[in-house]
Amino acid sequence: MRHTISVLVENEFGVLARVAGLFSGRGFNIESLSVAPTLDPSISRMTIVTSGDDRILEQINKQLNKLIDTIKVIDFTDEEHMERELCLVKVTADDGTRAEVLRIADIFRGKVVDVTPKSYTIEVTGAPDKINAIIELLRPMGIKELVRSGPVALGRGPKGWRAGD
Amino acid sequence: MKLTGSKILLECLQREGVDQVFGYPGGTVINIYDDLMDSPVKHILTRHEQAAVHAADGYARATGKVGVAIATSGPGATNTITGIATAYMDSIPMVVITGQVPTPLIGNDAFQEADIIGITRPITKHNFLVRDVKDLATIIKKAFYIARTGRPGPVLVDLPKDVQVATTKFEYPESVELRGYKPTYSGNLRMVEKAAAMILAAKKPVIYVGGGASLTDAHAELKQLAETIQAPVTTTLMGMACFPKRHPLSLGMLGMHGTYYANMAVTNSDLLIALGARFDDRVTGKIATFAPHAKIIHVDIDPTSIKKNVRVDLPIVGDLRDVLTKLLKELGSQTDEVAKLAEKLKPWHEEIAVWRREQPMSYTPSKTIIKPQFVIEKLRELSNDDAIVTTEVGQHQMWAAQFFDFVQPRTFLSSGGLGTMGYGLPSALGAQAAFPKRQVIDISGDGAFQMNSQELATLVQYRLPVKIVILNNNFLGMVRQWQQLFFNKRYSQTCMELPIDFVKLAEAYGATGLRATKPEEVEDVIRKAFATKGPVIMEFKIAREENVLPMVPAGASLNEMVLAS
Ligand SMILES: Cc1ncc(C[n+]2csc(CCOP(=O)(O)OP(=O)(O)O)c2C)c(N)n1
Ligand SMILES: [Mg+2]
Repeated sequence: MRHTISVLVENEFGVLARVAGLFSGRGFNIESLSVAPTLDPSISRMTIVTSGDDRILEQINKQLNKLIDTIKVIDFTDEEHMERELCLVKVTADDGTRAEVLRIADIFRGKVVDVTPKSYTIEVTGAPDKINAIIELLRPMGIKELVRSGPVALGRGPKGWRAGD
Repeated sequence: MKLTGSKILLECLQREGVDQVFGYPGGTVINIYDDLMDSPVKHILTRHEQAAVHAADGYARATGKVGVAIATSGPGATNTITGIATAYMDSIPMVVITGQVPTPLIGNDAFQEADIIGITRPITKHNFLVRDVKDLATIIKKAFYIARTGRPGPVLVDLPKDVQVATTKFEYPESVELRGYKPTYSGNLRMVEKAAAMILAAKKPVIYVGGGASLTDAHAELKQLAETIQAPVTTTLMGMACFPKRHPLSLGMLGMHGTYYANMAVTNSDLLIALGARFDDRVTGKIATFAPHAKIIHVDIDPTSIKKNVRVDLPIVGDLRDVLTKLLKELGSQTDEVAKLAEKLKPWHEEIAVWRREQPMSYTPSKTIIKPQFVIEKLRELSNDDAIVTTEVGQHQMWAAQFFDFVQPRTFLSSGGLGTMGYGLPSALGAQAAFPKRQVIDISGDGAFQMNSQELATLVQYRLPVKIVILNNNFLGMVRQWQQLFFNKRYSQTCMELPIDFVKLAEAYGATGLRATKPEEVEDVIRKAFATKGPVIMEFKIAREENVLPMVPAGASLNEMVLAS
């Protein structure tokens, strides 16, 4: 089963390698990983998408917690949360496809961020499923290149997590 | 007052109560070595950095204190790796200090540069690169704190040369705050109550003890628990000396080379009380058939150990000594129930007694060739109760575990998790440095001894009177045994074609060498060795193709043992 996990870590030298090494060393899956500092610059927040059965997920949670630099681990699986991912996609745009590309981008509330006589680059954000959907629609037009950020996630509701809470 | 980084390091070591370090100098630690000359911290120069780390490990296991090793950058640092991994697998508190090239050169493939932080990340509990001398004291404080608390382990501190030279005001922090690291010491009382209820309900309980009992010095509480609930006790290799084997409740070791009766008891038990153990595959055999009828209580300070390999019915995270103390208190409040246990468990003890009679730990004695088991028995007989025994890895290690009756905690030092040949001699060195007056014995094989035999020089130089027993079968015996049993006796690369004269080897270093080739010489050699002041090699030419039995073949169930007879 797919799990989205947030890991709050000390923003220290080598911390990304510790987390990535933990996954590779123990044979855990990483589907995506994104990381950046939080409001408190001494803390980084990673969002990891992984998969495995309950036993493996329990180990992943515990092993992440065991790292000295890990401050908090949040598994969003059983929590109301939202996930957003950013995707930049460069699509072939010739006379035959130009209008259709724009229409698709529009439906997904995408933005054209770069235009050339032969291509459009579209920026789109959304839950991973939405990104998958627009990619599938654009694929027949000819995708030249694409990049996805991997999802970031936050719990729903008024409560927030801060260091020291 | 401002101090240099290297002086600060030595000051910190003193504040941490370190009186003995092990190491090897080189270009990037030359400043530290210069300052060592004026420091009360004693340093032992080993002949290899791996040995320095094993020595620190032996020191830590024997004393319970944090072991400290120092090595230079590059090759010095990479030589420490096996030692660090050995300590990591067995949760040994240790701080390893490595020199590093100056910070501006890091990443440039400078002379003797190695990314030791990257290399040791998966084999340390934590590691630090010190980039500013102002952080040094805090980092050392954190390193010791992390190494000795929670589930202990090795911590590496990489110290670039320019940081050792730079100066700053020295202030040693009183305490450390690590917001991501808060080990759980206190066992949950409700869980402890549940454990007591499960214990009182069990008809076939077995206590299964691992290295956690040694690390927390919980032997007294363990004995009290076993006697209170009248449960038989089996230990892993790491838990070996925590429960006296001569105790009527002792089942000896379980697992691959465990006793028949320990493995049968575990397989038939209805309650397995796992204390500071981690269900290693050498212990469980085939997981699917491990303790199939048992409910499992698992006490461990490391949550990741729990439910990693086996299902657990009652997990208790906490310090073993704390949990046992609470458990004993809880049981103490139910004296009526506890009093019934002896009677209730009688059938269980009778069942075990039958297994004991059927297959006691035994071997076929010989009047003509030296049996290794006989040497071990004689060693026990002729050594002091508080003698510290270290081992290398191989058949000799298993014979030591099977036939040496340990009576005191922290007297058996062996590489359990990593299984490191070459561990025994340097760890004996470290233990002897900690306890100059006690007997320290390295039980070794002819193969493994040669992995760190250069440490004979260290023993002689520092007058460390370690007694080395080489059970010489001229084979990499343990591998040969597997080849005999599972590869049609095809002895690929396990015969040590060149016989070594270990007596002469000892003499070359200025140590004493003794040899026994017949059973009747064994006792005499051991007596002579113990009567000799300095380090001694006792070489025993043993039955070459003797096997370690019983044996659970890798991947088989615990009750599928190859037996001695
Ligand atoms: C560093 C290392 N290399 C290889 C092994 C694999 N190994 C385990 S036991 C063994 C044989 C040990 O031979 P010896 O020291 O003579 O002991 P014996 O088994 O003969 O008693 C070997 C090669 C190991 N455990 N450690
Ligand atoms: Mg051998």
